[in-house]
Amino acid sequence: MELILTSLLFLALVTTAVAIALVRRLFAVVMLAGVFSLLSAMLFVLMDAVDVAFTEAAVGAGISSVLMLGTIALTARSEKRPTHYSLVPLSIVILTGLVLIYGTLDMPNFGDPMSPVQTHVGPDYIQRTPTDIDVPNIVTAVLASYRGFDTLGEVTVVFTAGLGVVLLISGLGRRIRRSRREDKAPSKGAKN
Amino acid sequence: MDHHLILRVVTQILVAPILLYGLYVQFHGDFGPGGGFQAGVIFAVGFILYGIVFGLRRLRSKFPDHVIHKLVALGVLIYAGTGVVNMALGGNFLDYNVLSPDPVQGQHWGIIAVELGVGVTVFGVMMAIYYAFAGRPPSLDDKDW
Amino acid sequence: MEFNFDLPFILGHLNYWLFVILMLTGLYIVVARGNLLKKIVGLNIFQVAVFMLYISMGKVAGGTAPILTGTAGEAYSNPLPHVLILTAIVVGIATTSLGLALIVRINETYGTIEEDEILEMDQQKGQSELDAINKAAAATDAQGAASKK
Repeated sequence: MELILTSLLFLALVTTAVAIALVRRLFAVVMLAGVFSLLSAMLFVLMDAVDVAFTEAAVGAGISSVLMLGTIALTARSEKRPTHYSLVPLSIVILTGLVLIYGTLDMPNFGDPMSPVQTHVGPDYIQRTPTDIDVPNIVTAVLASYRGFDTLGEVTVVFTAGLGVVLLISGLGRRIRRSRREDKAPSKGAKN
Repeated sequence: MDHHLILRVVTQILVAPILLYGLYVQFHGDFGPGGGFQAGVIFAVGFILYGIVFGLRRLRSKFPDHVIHKLVALGVLIYAGTGVVNMALGGNFLDYNVLSPDPVQGQHWGIIAVELGVGVTVFGVMMAIYYAFAGRPPSLDDKDW
Repeated sequence: MEFNFDLPFILGHLNYWLFVILMLTGLYIVVARGNLLKKIVGLNIFQVAVFMLYISMGKVAGGTAPILTGTAGEAYSNPLPHVLILTAIVVGIATTSLGLALIVRINETYGTIEEDEILEMDQQKGQSELDAINKAAAATDAQGAASKK
């Protein structure tokens, strides 16, 4: 049953991704990207990652669509027709795919409880959380306590990216420069 | 968006539950799925919905840019500050056992503080990014869509 | 290396291959499409496929989501990949928005978000600058020759 659901979701995901590659209206591209995010959130639920699914649904289908629509409003509505077709990208992509698939042949079976991933720190966290931290959601315990340092780094990355966007397009830099110029020449600044 | 009456009415009804849900996700993250990252995004979505329907200017007058920019930094400070408090109390950086006489209770306090820091920063960053994109003069007219 | 391609092997690896296909669709959009916004969407697809690969490694057959139920002997999926990917998604949207901000700035400077046109403009600009430099060099050469006379 789970296999059927997973395969169906995959079919939908791949169809959406191919449609994104083919459609030239950017509005449709953004909407399809939102659909893609929701479908992948469903797949995450099937793979027991409820927290991840939650985040993907909120971020991918919510904020990301809004930002991309904002970008379209500031730039262009549709993609221009490509001037030339080349087989080079396609062949590179297929070659990469073959190499990657060759790499997966070594991997343990899907859901194997004895795979290396399941026999190191993972079970340790599951065993120790009830006595060490005593919160039911192990993901929160690992995120905020066991790997708190890691999360501090991630928060700093989010902070830095936000700072970058604000400096790039919010006009803050221009305002600061203008106020500096007004400081230098106070008589001219009276015009504003 | 002045002519979309249904959107305006529905938004007025929806904004408060969305914000409430964001708070629920923030503080219930220890027990069910959720936490600071999701809560920050959901909380921002509530305000962004308001901004889209009622106009950026109205949102900005309630929530000016400089407040948002301070929130972005405040979250990181709450997070790192929790670690520094732990060090002041004699523990390691981000080792919450010392926050309370009972180590398990200390872990609970630490997780709540840290998740709050994450939520505030994510909320601030999402709002700042939305302001930055929506505040630019658009090159497309409404009818071009 | 020896692999026996029987049914359990194929069923156990099918999802990895599907992820690879999804990842390649994203990669194809990034390398073959000229529109910068579409490239960002392609990168997102690529990113989600990588996330799925990570999450699928943490899945335990017969396990449940890693939220303690209180029942003894319950099997849980590995929470560690979930933590890594959860933060990666939020960092992903922050970096995506940085990319979108760069696109907005590129559009303001070049008036287009098509890669071909931007490259063409850059080449033309580079060519005209080169011409100007050559002209200036020729002028100084001529001056030098005149002063020698």
